[in-house]
Amino acid sequence: MGRYVLRRLLQMIPVFVGATLLIFLMVNVMGDPIAGLCGERRCDPATAAQLQREFGLDEPVRQQYLTYMGNVFTGDFGTAFNGQEVTELMSTAFPVTVRLTLIALLFEIVIGVTLGVITGLGRGRPVDTGVLLVTLVVISVPTFVTGLLLQLLLGVKWGWIRPSVSSEAPFDELILPGLVLASVSLAYVTRLTRTSIAENRRSDYVRTAVAKGLPRHRVVVRHLLRTSLIPVVTFIGADIGFLMGGAIVTERIFNIHGVGYQLYQGILRQNTQTVVGFVTVLVLVFLIANLVVDLLYAVLDPRIRYV
Amino acid sequence: MRGAMHARWAACAVAVALAATACGSGDSGSSDAGAVLSASWGDPQKPLEPANTNEVQGGKVLDMIFRGLKRYDPETGEAKDMLAEKIETSDSQTFTITIKDGWTFSDGEKVTARSFVDAWNYGASLKNHQRNSYFFRYIEGYDKVHPEDGGKQSADTLSGLEVVDDRTFTVELTQKFSSFPDTLGYNAFAPLPRAFFDDHDAWVKKPIGNGPYLVDSYTRGSQMDLRTWADYPGPDTARNGGVDLKVYTDNNTAYTDLMAGNLDLVDDVPAAQLKNVRNDLGDRYLNSPAGILQTLAFPYYDDAWNKPGAEKVRKGLSMAIDRKQITDTIFHKTRTPATDWTSPVLGEDGGFRDGLCGESCAYKPDKAKKLIEEGGGLPGGRVTITFNADTGSHREWVNAVCNSINNALDDERACTANPVGTFADFRNRITGHKMSGPFRAGWQMDYPLIQNFLQPLYYTNASSNDGKWSDKEFDGLVDRANQETDTAKAVALFQQAQEVVRDHMAAIPLWYQNGSAGWSERLSAVKLNPFSVPVYEQIKVS
Repeated sequence: MGRYVLRRLLQMIPVFVGATLLIFLMVNVMGDPIAGLCGERRCDPATAAQLQREFGLDEPVRQQYLTYMGNVFTGDFGTAFNGQEVTELMSTAFPVTVRLTLIALLFEIVIGVTLGVITGLGRGRPVDTGVLLVTLVVISVPTFVTGLLLQLLLGVKWGWIRPSVSSEAPFDELILPGLVLASVSLAYVTRLTRTSIAENRRSDYVRTAVAKGLPRHRVVVRHLLRTSLIPVVTFIGADIGFLMGGAIVTERIFNIHGVGYQLYQGILRQNTQTVVGFVTVLVLVFLIANLVVDLLYAVLDPRIRYV
Repeated sequence: MRGAMHARWAACAVAVALAATACGSGDSGSSDAGAVLSASWGDPQKPLEPANTNEVQGGKVLDMIFRGLKRYDPETGEAKDMLAEKIETSDSQTFTITIKDGWTFSDGEKVTARSFVDAWNYGASLKNHQRNSYFFRYIEGYDKVHPEDGGKQSADTLSGLEVVDDRTFTVELTQKFSSFPDTLGYNAFAPLPRAFFDDHDAWVKKPIGNGPYLVDSYTRGSQMDLRTWADYPGPDTARNGGVDLKVYTDNNTAYTDLMAGNLDLVDDVPAAQLKNVRNDLGDRYLNSPAGILQTLAFPYYDDAWNKPGAEKVRKGLSMAIDRKQITDTIFHKTRTPATDWTSPVLGEDGGFRDGLCGESCAYKPDKAKKLIEEGGGLPGGRVTITFNADTGSHREWVNAVCNSINNALDDERACTANPVGTFADFRNRITGHKMSGPFRAGWQMDYPLIQNFLQPLYYTNASSNDGKWSDKEFDGLVDRANQETDTAKAVALFQQAQEVVRDHMAAIPLWYQNGSAGWSERLSAVKLNPFSVPVYEQIKVS
């Protein structure tokens, strides 16, 4: 187990370096970031040159990347164009997005898995068909439609919630955005759990458990659900990264100043430091989430072992 | 505390919806000078230094926390003395400026001649890389503190600025510039307290100025709370208790928040809501002219657009655009078809002349086709209009302009739109001289003077002359106008210069842009100034 984890951690290094290098190059290809800084006006050449020196943009790309990575390892993610440290931006943006992601995950796990178990056990019954239809609708409607619709109904028409999230973004204000963010994944989780449960219901170990005379809820929770969760956990693990980085649309609709917002602004303003910094952290989140998922397999299914 | 506030807000929203009663701490009906309003905001791109801010969002804040020598009247745009007691000159080149007594910064420091001179020196110096440096270029010694050819900076201060005594300083310019005093209302010329220089980081985190509002708290990227400064010495004291500026990524969300009663003032009604806005807000909506002109500029570094006869092609293109239809259908009358190269906010006295463009800006498809043929046809038989697709719903109107041109020329492929992904990349291509056809050019005035609509855009090698247009006659007229001490005569000369622009169709004027604002039932006396920024200090909250 320990050796497996170590091996996986070592494998992360080349993935990390490769991913950051790619992002760095992509942002660089977008062109000279200084040009957009002076608004509709041309920056006067002297000021532009001075700014380029300041941000290290006059050096070759290879040198820029090495300097940047060197700084990253000492915890310095550079300075955004508005004069704020990128680490400062991160310290305000990530907590918000983490809260949003946690709420979304909670919805996925609690509602998604519960619905999956109910429909999986009652295959073909009206409740199964009903849930299937609903998930189909949720999957096919884009997030921004769901988001804007719920915002208008709950926020403006009925006045139950604030349509936008305040700058502190406490948990209670993030419930609706979290639900919207989770909606599509939630539908997938339901369907995955349903299929998996329906399949495993007929397997030998479930039949044995039933034959032993175990109570029904014990069979379902301890034996059936545990092994059925493997594909679901894989999906949710990958989803953590998507939820954190891909919340741009939801964050825009509800005016949440999280990671998606910072990335969006960074890209619009061609701010290499912000974009690369945030994506680097997201890459790390992805890698660690994947590792945790792999380790969870062994917990869920005793047949899987790591040496 | 915060939670309690939310609860009150929610209660207020319900109350407003049910009975339209007034909310806040005041009596219903009458205005409350202590009540605070909330307004939409965008994250400023740069730190809020006066000489470093050249966009509206940062400008909004500077307008609330700073007062300069002059201030543009929110209604007429006229430059009126604010801190200046008098500005005297005998030759339009050396100015003696006297400051009124009794002004202080909000930290108690007196505003002196040095406050201005230090601020201007800071703004001009290359090592501080302030984006508005070029506003100081007319001052003697600018080439030493800000060598534009990339040479080394050989001085720290402008030799043309001299402090005479506590309340007097002199400015020496490199050339005659009669309207120089009228430019001093621009934010870049604001005075700065010692705190700005002594502890710059702390100042940027919480700016200190001399305007009617104080920065109470500032969370970068999300919110700024401004409160009325009780001891403000100026005449334009705020009529409300303060303003909470909230950053919105998407103006649609701000509009939704306004509808839900969570926000009091939106100063940019999203294009998608324009057709509902009258229903939603009734007379709590304002749509008034701003000093913004949209044009199509041409790349004069490309010989195809600079050869003799090309002006006929440009005029033809201009006449092929049905401005009225586009402003009516796409912009729902929040733009007005342009008939000159300035803006209605200047007023007739300021140099705006309705209809100066004449026939060349009218929609005449038949004549357009004939003119383009006479001028040798479109270069290569077709034309592309380049624009940035990331903001401002430019795609819709560029497509409409192209359709209009194609219809006029009976050629489906005559005009195509060429979107560029980001604004930064768009600017990059413009400054790299990579344009091969007309491109979107928008101009928001810095100060309400006709000079600002012409010189930076069409003078040879001027700071925003992106198409590199150059004309000796135009340059000569501008030089003469700047030397003219009589304002009316100067304006007349600028108008003559504008006629040169018209005769060559240096750029195609499209439409004047309006500013818009919508507000909640709590507010009254909401106005937009000529820069399309709400006049916050005059807003009454009930």
